[in-house]
Amino acid sequence: MAELQFREALRQAIDEEMARDENVFIMGEEVSEYNGAYKVTEGLLETYGFKRVIDTPIAELGFAGIGVGAAMNGLRPIIEFMTFNFAVLAADQIINHASKVKYMLGGQVSVPIVFRGPNASAGQLGATHSVAYESMYAHFPGIKVIHPSEPGDAKGLLKSAIRDNDTVLFMESEQMYGLKGEVNEDPEHLIPIGKAAVKREGSDVTLVTHGKIYHTVVKAAAELAKEGIEAEIVDLRTVKPLDMDTVIASVKKTHRCVVVDEAHPFAGTAAEVGYLLQRDAFDDLDAPVVRVTLPDVSAPFSKPLFDAWFPSVKDVVDGAKQVYYKS
Amino acid sequence: MTKEAIFTPVGKAAEELATPKKSGKKGDSLYEKAVDLPEPTTAAPAKLGLKKGQLLEMFESMVLQRRFEERAMQMYQKGKFGGFLHLYIGQEAVSTGTTAALKDDDDIITAYRDHGWGLVRGVSARQGMAELFGKATGCSKGKGGSMHFANVEKHFWGGYGIVGGHIPLGGGLAFANKYKGLDRLTTCFMGDGAVDQGALHETMNMAQLWKLPIMFIVENNGYAMGTATRRHSTGELWERALGYGMKHRVVNGMDVLSVYEAMKEMATDVRKDSMPWFVEIRTYRYRGHSMSDPQKYRDKEEMEEFQSLDPIERLKTVLLDKKMATQKAIDAIYEKVEEEVMDAVEFADNSPFPEDSALYEDMYSEPNPVFHR
Ligand SMILES: Cc1ncc(C[n+]2csc(CCOP(=O)(O)OP(=O)(O)O)c2C)c(N)n1
Ligand SMILES: [Mg+2]
Repeated sequence: MAELQFREALRQAIDEEMARDENVFIMGEEVSEYNGAYKVTEGLLETYGFKRVIDTPIAELGFAGIGVGAAMNGLRPIIEFMTFNFAVLAADQIINHASKVKYMLGGQVSVPIVFRGPNASAGQLGATHSVAYESMYAHFPGIKVIHPSEPGDAKGLLKSAIRDNDTVLFMESEQMYGLKGEVNEDPEHLIPIGKAAVKREGSDVTLVTHGKIYHTVVKAAAELAKEGIEAEIVDLRTVKPLDMDTVIASVKKTHRCVVVDEAHPFAGTAAEVGYLLQRDAFDDLDAPVVRVTLPDVSAPFSKPLFDAWFPSVKDVVDGAKQVYYKS
Repeated sequence: MTKEAIFTPVGKAAEELATPKKSGKKGDSLYEKAVDLPEPTTAAPAKLGLKKGQLLEMFESMVLQRRFEERAMQMYQKGKFGGFLHLYIGQEAVSTGTTAALKDDDDIITAYRDHGWGLVRGVSARQGMAELFGKATGCSKGKGGSMHFANVEKHFWGGYGIVGGHIPLGGGLAFANKYKGLDRLTTCFMGDGAVDQGALHETMNMAQLWKLPIMFIVENNGYAMGTATRRHSTGELWERALGYGMKHRVVNGMDVLSVYEAMKEMATDVRKDSMPWFVEIRTYRYRGHSMSDPQKYRDKEEMEEFQSLDPIERLKTVLLDKKMATQKAIDAIYEKVEEEVMDAVEFADNSPFPEDSALYEDMYSEPNPVFHR
């Protein structure tokens, strides 16, 4: 075990997988000579050269698609988006091609590709640089979506993603790259895709979350403990496949659930978890499921407006009290 | 009646529209041809290295592509299957000349007008017809239909339905070949409509920058659905190459020998220096865009002119003139093909539809189907 930054954990995963399989390469804007916009790929050029660490033009649609074609033809591309906001320009390749080619050709090809990069808000970056896309992509069949919150999970899951034979979207956060955590350094330590983790045990309320806002939830749980409410935190880690078994097991214990999701509310992950809970654990619930999400408006720039927009520790605490019928 | 200046093309094309030219070829009707065909090759087949046997194979292949689609259309009209059906009829010289010129392990990818491409790359008439019928025995197990013929084993990577969307995939096939040090080249075909898509331009830039062994080949058949090439794309299509400093060529796509000659030369060139080409092959689609197209956007004269240049008739004339085949031998080919196609129809008709379980196969889906309700 080692204490590593999130970016170092990702780099270690990429490095180990590139060393293990020469068909793995990484491509994206600024990944090579510049060492990565957020320094995830720092030093990889020196080890693997320009052939396997490839700077692209600012042409998301084009290089995402070249990645898909290369994956069809036997390679294992890691495509880095500077952020997932820009991946929208490549949505045709992800949604219409990567996820569907195998199906529409009756299984004649597979597309073992990882699209990765930062997702969701990273502070006052304005409306176009702050969007959380995980539930949008999870909506489409054939795509796996991973959104970890801690360096150790990030490394183990990214390695699984690179070895996976399907299209995987792997989401990070600019604001987590410097975050430190325990990382398993065994090159064969993989974390399975689609398994949630109970990160805090508690008997009173289940807080379901994933990605960066997990850290807000951790703070909220500490606040709640001061008031005698013991929260159990389920970190989904993977949005799709969605590990409802772990969520339901927790809810059977606590009988109350708040879903904390750093995305817009409409048809989001929180909505999906809420639906599945009422369907599969209705009798175990002592209160309606509450969700804490962004509001249904775009990200503002101004600091006070931004703070009003972004879910806070207090919002999570209030959500928990709401299902606990305590004010 | 003068045309509105607004929403008609500006520049050269606008002037031409304001003063329509006579075709100079037929009667006195005023129209601008959908595509101007460059002169066909003057080289005799022998000079191109084509032997009699190969020419006969090419002829049979073209006849098969034509008859396969004519029957497919009938079956569609009989209600045997639904969905889209984009016919390749008129363009067969392109698929046929190309595959004859390429090596068997060179890669081909194209858009949805793909039946001919499947047939020249080892999709049997049976598998093709069954795919149209949505049967489990189809080349894509009935999951793709008309737009998604494929035979990946034979390096035909399929037809794709998003206009321009497959072009980056073609770039990726070439990228992987280069990465792995393979001697395969990629031919990425597209319609004239796809030339306007950003995907082409992003991929051309990277292909030229990274020296990818690929040919971007436009089958300019004069129309993107009902919009004439001159009304959807400024200038000449081949001029797109200039901005990228890419090698380029315009080819007569109504003459299989011209396609063969050009493809052979360019393929040799790509293998030499791994630099891409942008190619405009001019051809013509005889049928509507798909099955429901009244074709009000074009004149009968235009159709007749291109039908008089039919690629199958043209090769037949060569075969007869050069005494490589007798009329009897030609008739025998037609009969053989007819049997093959009728057998394919019967096969497709008698084949089973996919099992319900196939719905969840050939793509990652939740093993415990929580989302399937
Ligand atoms: C991105 C996209 N936009 C629109 C369409 C609808 N569409 C299907 S075919 C077509 C015309 C394409 O013409 P062209 O590229 O010339 O190919 P052709 O049909 O002549 O072979 C259009 C607009 C589509 N399939 N994809
Ligand atoms: Mg066209």
